[in-house]
Amino acid sequence: MIDGSPAPGLLGRRLVFVVGKGGVGRSTLAATLGLIAARHGARTIVAEVSGRGELAQLFGVAAEPGEVEVAPRLWAIQIDTERALDEYLHEHLPLRMLADLVGATRLIGYLAAATPGLRELLNVGKLWELAQPERRVPDGSPYDLVVVDAPASGHSLALLTAPRSFARTAQGGPIARQGGRIDAFLHDRRRTAMIAVTRPEEAAVSELLDLNGRLLREAGLPVDLIVVNGVSDERLDDADARALRAVLGRPPELPARARAAVERTLAADLESRIEREQIERLAAGLPGVPRVELLRSYSGEFGLVELEALATQLEAEL
Amino acid sequence: MSLAGVLDERRICICVGAGGVGKTTSAAAIALGLAERGRRVALITIDPSRRLAGALALDALASEPQLLSAEHLAPAGIALRGEVWAMVLDPKRTFDDLVRRLAVDEATRDRVFANRIYREISGAVGGSHEFTAIAKLFELDRSGQFDAIVLDTPPSRNTLDFLRAPEQLMQFIDAPSLRLFLAPAGLGARFANRAAAPAMALMRRLIGIDLLAEIALFFAAVGSLVGGFRERAAAVEALLRDRGTTFVLVSSPEREPVRESIAFAAQLRQAGLEIGGVVVNRVVSVRDADASDAPSDAPATELALVAALGERLGGLVAASAQRAVLQAHQDQLGIAQLRGQLDGVPLTLVPRLDRSLGELETLGAVTRRLFA
Repeated sequence: MIDGSPAPGLLGRRLVFVVGKGGVGRSTLAATLGLIAARHGARTIVAEVSGRGELAQLFGVAAEPGEVEVAPRLWAIQIDTERALDEYLHEHLPLRMLADLVGATRLIGYLAAATPGLRELLNVGKLWELAQPERRVPDGSPYDLVVVDAPASGHSLALLTAPRSFARTAQGGPIARQGGRIDAFLHDRRRTAMIAVTRPEEAAVSELLDLNGRLLREAGLPVDLIVVNGVSDERLDDADARALRAVLGRPPELPARARAAVERTLAADLESRIEREQIERLAAGLPGVPRVELLRSYSGEFGLVELEALATQLEAEL
Repeated sequence: MSLAGVLDERRICICVGAGGVGKTTSAAAIALGLAERGRRVALITIDPSRRLAGALALDALASEPQLLSAEHLAPAGIALRGEVWAMVLDPKRTFDDLVRRLAVDEATRDRVFANRIYREISGAVGGSHEFTAIAKLFELDRSGQFDAIVLDTPPSRNTLDFLRAPEQLMQFIDAPSLRLFLAPAGLGARFANRAAAPAMALMRRLIGIDLLAEIALFFAAVGSLVGGFRERAAAVEALLRDRGTTFVLVSSPEREPVRESIAFAAQLRQAGLEIGGVVVNRVVSVRDADASDAPSDAPATELALVAALGERLGGLVAASAQRAVLQAHQDQLGIAQLRGQLDGVPLTLVPRLDRSLGELETLGAVTRRLFA
């Protein structure tokens, strides 16, 4: 089902980060975006940072190390810091020094774990590498698009600020140069995009507003699109709500089951109004940022079929 | 055995789970329920987003335990025989306190505080949040001021990091190769160490000399604290495995949280830690949705609705009720999955509560469910 037209909007960039707090559907959205881009013929990879192979699970394939093909023109990868470090060393060190690596890997591993932000730098460096038109790793084929299922809020921030802080701290070294290159790529709005996911709940909205502020302040990165997941959309108009309250209060008494249904509808209306307040609070905190609202799903299982359906819904909105 | 039964026999309750499932409210409700049973409870959160303050209807929380007055908690409708003390953890301050306590003298302390790498580590980076949280837990437990401590952990996927924090810190400190950095002499002395020379050359090439010097300074500065850190990390690790400590897994019946909860449970079990209970929040029960009746009743209900409200509005209400049934069935699936994976662990369901309730009324309602 390739339609040949270029991938819509933000998916025309090379590196798209999907950020947000845990449990708001980040992995699902990242997979869906990957599917949309692949449908348009873009060679796409969805990268999971600090995940547990959820992407593979969503696509119904076994989680394996490295780049795994999960659908036509669509790959998935779990970013592995140790592997990224290994690739980095092989690219940057002369052979003579690589021979010494055998004895030094443990030390380097400890240092990488101990140096604040180095893990994050290696991870974001791997994402950057995946997004290069000319891959750095041997046998790597280039991708048109990398969609990142970023880690939960605070960890995403650490990921996105690492290149900049290394560019500053490690003055002049190879890491500083690498940090500077990655940072420039992240800040190039023709190549990198930020998509923030949330749910219409107070805590999720507050966390997103906080993340957005910190992304701007600490990383200088604006959010390009907000996706609100699980919107209930069961709001009644005021006249209907009044009519329902009236029917509960006056005879003849409704049968118990019908009465419960009316109460449930009013509760859903209230829920929907509270959600709307939160969405408005979000909109006020992120003025001018486009927003997509995805409706709550009532189907139990979620697999490729549901992903395809969500892709179709989202594609119409992009 | 019920959740309350387990908690009665534990000193420390650590609430873990995915984000957005009502973990903070559950932790607060557990604290309230234990105080109702006469215990003196410390309730700690690491979440900086003021969620706990919100759940307790407070404007803000201090970084020292603060007693919640009975008058303030009255709307919750829980008669407290004990006390609830709430606090939000300030990781930077906890880390600084630890350094103050372990530093041999003021000069050492100031050198550590001044180091750029320390400043970053003690902020929010990496596992320091997790480490300081359990370090604080340990401290409060040892102070003997409280007879129960309830901890609300950070909302994230990385429960594993949280559990590993003490172990990682210890491994890191004990790594023989790192002793190189702990030597008090300058960089030159370390380069002279023949075994380390190739590794150092590699690191210099990889990281650049400035950062390397900064790291060396960091290790030199914290070097004198290492013994204290090691002891502390070992004690904290022992506390997590203590018979008086239990983990409560908080979830909602939705797909993603259920999947994450099952993964958390596996991690906890693999680490040999006790799962004292599972709390499933925001459940739409089949009974509430009124789906327990024969499906043949649905048309009768719809007819009654249409008769009372007209075709359009009646149909709308019937459709809404139908969605509730779907939701309830979906919730049942999630709960069944949790039950299947957590055989033998008490599982407590908390229904989706009326959104028009105030914070404390909600908290009271959750408390009653958890300790029913």
